[in-house]
Amino acid sequence: MTLTRRTFISTTLATGVILQAPMLLGQTKPRVVIIGGGAGGATVARYLAKDAGQALDITLVEMNPIYTTCFFSNLYLGGFRDFESLQHGYAKLSDMGISVVTDMATGIDTTARTVTTAGGQVLAYDRLVLSPGIDFKEGSVPGWSLADMEIMPHAYKAGPQTQLLKAQVEAMPQGGTFAMIAPPNPYRCPPGPYERISMIAHMLTQMNPTAKILLVDPKDKYSKQALFEEGWQKHYGTMIERVGPDFGGDKAEVRPATMEVVIDGEVTKVDCCNVIPGQIAGQIAATAGVTDDTGWAPVHPDSMKSKLDENIFVLGDSSSQGDMPKSGFSANSQAKVAAMAIRGELTGSKVFPAKYSNTCWSLIAPDDGVKVGASYEPTPEKIASVESFVSATGEDAALRKATYEESLGWYAGITADMFG
Amino acid sequence: MTGWRVIASTLALIAAGPGLAAAEAIGDAQRGADLFQKQCYACHRIGPEAENRVGPRLTGLFGRRAGSVDGFTYSKSMARMGADGLTWTLETLDAYIENPKALISGTRMNYRGLKDDQARADLMAYLRSYSDKPRDIPEAEPTARKTDHDLDSAILAIQGDPEYGAYLSSECTTCHQRDGTDQGIPSITNWPAEDFVVAMHAYKRKLRPHPVMQMMAGRLSDDEIAALAAYFETID
Repeated sequence: MTLTRRTFISTTLATGVILQAPMLLGQTKPRVVIIGGGAGGATVARYLAKDAGQALDITLVEMNPIYTTCFFSNLYLGGFRDFESLQHGYAKLSDMGISVVTDMATGIDTTARTVTTAGGQVLAYDRLVLSPGIDFKEGSVPGWSLADMEIMPHAYKAGPQTQLLKAQVEAMPQGGTFAMIAPPNPYRCPPGPYERISMIAHMLTQMNPTAKILLVDPKDKYSKQALFEEGWQKHYGTMIERVGPDFGGDKAEVRPATMEVVIDGEVTKVDCCNVIPGQIAGQIAATAGVTDDTGWAPVHPDSMKSKLDENIFVLGDSSSQGDMPKSGFSANSQAKVAAMAIRGELTGSKVFPAKYSNTCWSLIAPDDGVKVGASYEPTPEKIASVESFVSATGEDAALRKATYEESLGWYAGITADMFG
Repeated sequence: MTGWRVIASTLALIAAGPGLAAAEAIGDAQRGADLFQKQCYACHRIGPEAENRVGPRLTGLFGRRAGSVDGFTYSKSMARMGADGLTWTLETLDAYIENPKALISGTRMNYRGLKDDQARADLMAYLRSYSDKPRDIPEAEPTARKTDHDLDSAILAIQGDPEYGAYLSSECTTCHQRDGTDQGIPSITNWPAEDFVVAMHAYKRKLRPHPVMQMMAGRLSDDEIAALAAYFETID
């Protein structure tokens, strides 16, 4: 019901404003179209509306009427959040005058500056913001394709896939084996693979304590590794086995039909397999022609503007910007810089120096939270890390609990910052 | 800022230097005892038999983690600072006594602060005499002469640009909620501008222990902190 009403209103607005504005105001308001309603897209929409709502015509195109955050979706897997707590609607953004279009953007004409949607709408823009998240690199895990995701879920776009993975873990036989094929760099995080391992270990410890976890990893090392390894040993004993590239973790093959993982010729039968493939920018970025050979979209470090199209900005996971991780926190931070730059270009408002930051919290076990973070500034070449910190091994329980509680505060904060 | 850095490195050298017989005395413990009676005794007791009253017992204060006295119920803010790693040293205690709410925003200690540098030094000299075997502790930070680190009044006098502050504040609101909700992350609304500036500089100088805040404040210039304060003054 909400969806229908919102789509109807949005459509009316989208066409209505363009036709009527010249008559009402003497000239059309500059139009900003934003594709993707996550940490990058929702934030840029909200900040543009908040700071220049009267001067701009803002349209947000997102295919899901209700957004499910990837961040904290691991906590749902571990039983620390219910699924609904990850879900957020766009009503408050609509109330701010943003035209929210529940539809999928399928085409972009960068010369005519229009976006076409699956539902047949054509949206004209003066500036386009792409914040579509990730898509998967085909063939990155031998034996697996998107067609297998109901058998071996990726659960790397939060939603039904996350629920499916949880159900599969719960259905594992006693003493069964859970396997994860971890992604190569660079990858979206959250939902971090290693926090996910922790959460699944926590769940299995409760309901299936003789189960095993096989973590197949193509990477030598990963973020917060010492913290995770310390925590796994402390909380989960010998439940988790990690197979790194030294032992063939970079050449694993999966067989969805028979639920097998093959590492270095050795076949392991598994009961649940989470395949997290290699990643590239969300498809629409390639459609817009703003990605390069790497599969990601290069941007100017001081504004998040595409290096390949001066009317397009790319935020979050899809962008290739330098040192910032592909996190929701990063996308939210980048969105504020982009909003300021877009506002400056379209309304002449003051543009201040870009500042970026990121913090990623991970939960290892109940009340055992850790974090890593950094501040960033643009250099001519890239967004460069200025200062960073990471939780230390051996921290006391009070600090770890405070860190976890802080992460809950952050979730409440960033979702309010995105969705109002 | 620069002055402080110089002092900090001097301290480090003193601490590292072998065979230093004794650092300069903190202050006059006798005058401190007097001050304690007048300013602190209504709420605090100190000494071997001291118990918690309105405030926690202050025996053994130096080197103690903030918010850690058994049987005393602390404010959320104080407990959080303790969890974050705040420990009472000459430096942190000095900042706290000078302006309690600048160091621990939500402290229940209803004390406006002691602005006089010498008076604080005297008070700390007295408090220090009730910490464990002070004479046996190497002459590191608890007894090294505390040098003035007050915020330059010129920093407090900077008039910030609220428009710039509005942009900078978007970095704060990723975690701190504008409506003042306090869930695991403290509220930052309704904060007097001067306290805000002092608090941000306390993070910047790593007096306040939180790593995210040390990082965020660490890269803000004096003008940027003033801009944020000017902006926060404009909102409810």
